[in-house]
Amino acid sequence: MRVEGQVLLVIAAFFGVVALVYWFWSGETSGTALLTGTCLLGTLPGGYYFWWSRRMKPRASDDPSAKREDGEGVVGTFPSSSIWPFVLGVSAALVALALVFGFWTAIVGFVGATTAVLGIIRESRRGGVV
Amino acid sequence: MTTLVTHPESLSLPEEEHGTSGLLKWITSTDHKVIGKSYTITAFVFFLIAGCMAMLIRTQLASPDNTFVSQHVYNELFTMHGSIMMYLFAGPFAFGGLANFIVPLQVGAPDMAFPRLNALSYWLYLGGGIIMLSGFLTTSGAADFGWVAYAPLSNSINTPGAGPDMWIVALILTGFSAIFTGVNICATVFYLRAPGLTMFRMPIFTWNMMVTGILILIAFPVLTSALVMLWCDRHIGSHIFTVSGGGVPVLWQNLFWFFGHPEVYILALPYFGAVTDILAVFSRKPVFGYRGMVFCTIAIAALSTSVWAHHMFTTGTVLLPFFSIMSYLIAVPTGIKFFNWIGTMWRGSITFTTPMLFAVGFLIVFLFGGVTGIFLASPPVDFAMHDTFFVVAHFHEVLFGTAVFGGFAGLTYWFPKYTGWMLNDKIGKVSFWLMFIGFWVTFMPQYLLGEKGMPRRIAEYLPSTGWATLNRISTGGAYLLFLSVFVMLVAFGESWLKRKERPAGDNPWDAHTLEWATSSPPPHHNFYWIPPVRSERPVWDHNHPDHPTVKEHAREVRELVGVGAGTGARGGLAEELPPSSAGGTSAPSGDGHGPVSGNGHDPTGESK
Ligand code: HEM
Ligand SMILES: [Cu+2]
Repeated sequence: MRVEGQVLLVIAAFFGVVALVYWFWSGETSGTALLTGTCLLGTLPGGYYFWWSRRMKPRASDDPSAKREDGEGVVGTFPSSSIWPFVLGVSAALVALALVFGFWTAIVGFVGATTAVLGIIRESRRGGVV
Repeated sequence: MTTLVTHPESLSLPEEEHGTSGLLKWITSTDHKVIGKSYTITAFVFFLIAGCMAMLIRTQLASPDNTFVSQHVYNELFTMHGSIMMYLFAGPFAFGGLANFIVPLQVGAPDMAFPRLNALSYWLYLGGGIIMLSGFLTTSGAADFGWVAYAPLSNSINTPGAGPDMWIVALILTGFSAIFTGVNICATVFYLRAPGLTMFRMPIFTWNMMVTGILILIAFPVLTSALVMLWCDRHIGSHIFTVSGGGVPVLWQNLFWFFGHPEVYILALPYFGAVTDILAVFSRKPVFGYRGMVFCTIAIAALSTSVWAHHMFTTGTVLLPFFSIMSYLIAVPTGIKFFNWIGTMWRGSITFTTPMLFAVGFLIVFLFGGVTGIFLASPPVDFAMHDTFFVVAHFHEVLFGTAVFGGFAGLTYWFPKYTGWMLNDKIGKVSFWLMFIGFWVTFMPQYLLGEKGMPRRIAEYLPSTGWATLNRISTGGAYLLFLSVFVMLVAFGESWLKRKERPAGDNPWDAHTLEWATSSPPPHHNFYWIPPVRSERPVWDHNHPDHPTVKEHAREVRELVGVGAGTGARGGLAEELPPSSAGGTSAPSGDGHGPVSGNGHDPTGESK
């Protein structure tokens, strides 16, 4: 976990510096805002990972001499099939089309999307360990 | 339904699902391999479509005063050619296709971290792609404001109609798709690596995909929000990008290129990664300067996000020295990468298979694109060259080098893993040489045309300009490129017909990384067994326990798995089966304990 955090924090630091230099040199606002946003994008998850890495014991995938048995146990739950992503994708496309052609496809789209989201939630509950 | 996956070591034989028909199975699948294949095929089809548009463009430009297509259609053609190539082919082919299929395998994971999100990405992408293309069916035609949709050309007065709107919402959909894929790749790399597979043992392809994932998260939200603003300008009367309402047209360019330049690296880094792996495998050497490669990837990604306005030098609104210096700086890590690629091949025992040829082709082509990019990073040069065919030649060397040469390298390299059979190497090589020659014939004349002042995005030119000959040569080259891609399709077809005769086995190339430790194609949830990971080349270490580069790990590896001299490893692999290299003994694949090897087939794929 530590290296992951560090990579993101390095990115954050880089953009922090660049944002400062850019602002004081150019005084241009949109670029400065974007660079600052990028700095935050590195800081938040990076800081979180780094913070955790100091509190948890290294995972088998962080340990260079981990034995294969060290990784035994549950990796996670993986749905092997689900119709809902398809429904959600088609619904999103319908909503998008409504932005071009007028409102009626959006109604179908929103109904479909809501159903799909509920479906995914139900599926996850039924699946148990998440 | 949901399956609980425990570590591969204790994974029981997966139950194949029965009862669902082909179509339903495809629609409901959340398996990264199925989604990865769908992405690869879909993106390839988009590549063919946009390639055909390129042929129409080149046919129009072949002679002066040509009326093969009208001005308006020409505008649609180059816009859709550029948009499809950038948004629907090059990116999705890399992070939706190759990465989706390969990254989980390379880190030893059973699937992507969020399989359903992954499926959603694909459907959003497909929906977006179809919507974008359908613009041609509307009465006013498809979008025709270039792939960059500059304001104020893209407002509702200058380009009215449904086509441009469909272009906008299509990109919003594919933008979300890319963002979800970026999240998925990062989460997979962060959380699902096999035991012992530390960050600095990941294959370079996986490293680059992770960095690409981060870059996607930086860049795509900016594009998506800019598109939403553009939509609002067009439909609900906001004036964000129009001077009349107090807006700032150049803001669009800032937002677009803050996405657009990183996008170029989102398209490049994955292919850099694939090429790095390929060069190492076919030189039979580890990657030279592994850590340097990783740091350079991160440096390139970071720098690429601070150079956006080098596309805006001529607007007169940007800080020239800042963007010029930052652009030059990118050459440093990229140069180091070249050094390392050459170092990887140096004194290796190189075999020029089809993927290796494409990888070397990538090196040469991308080098030229990179060097002319350095020219353009100098504002005075850019003032002269901006919006000429010099730029068109430059960015095609970069993009074609990465997405097509690099993409074909990756596709032919992992083809056996995708399908379970070998690609016809001879036809593949014919395709490569046609493409390599066709490429230079197409794009070198365009540099000269740029120097003679031919602007891009023009449908017609006068005979008196003297551009005709060079244009004709360029068009001839383009037809050669068309032929090369057709030959590659023939290679796919031939290999499919002969698939029974050319089974690939687990590891036909004697490769290095974990995707080659499982069968081809891999079973549901990927692995029955994973070799111990003690370096960035676990599969190679396992197959070549006596190789000098494995020496430092040799003792450890032997203790852990009992390969090599049987130092009393109880029940270790050594006692069951001798380790073998590719082309050696055929290992019973699928029993979960054989050494990872080919099936007695020679790596070039020609049947004996
Ligand atoms: C198959 C061979 C290809 C040929 C013959 C070709 C040809 C062309 C030509 C002649 C133009 C300029 C049109 C003009 O400005 O009037 C163009 C534009 C463009 N091409 Fe290609 N191209 C090819 C492949 C690619 C690939 C692989 C990519 C990206 C991955 C790509 C991306 C673009 C982009 C982004 C534009 C700019 C569109 C615009 O001006 O808005 N092309 N292409
Ligand atoms: Cu750029």
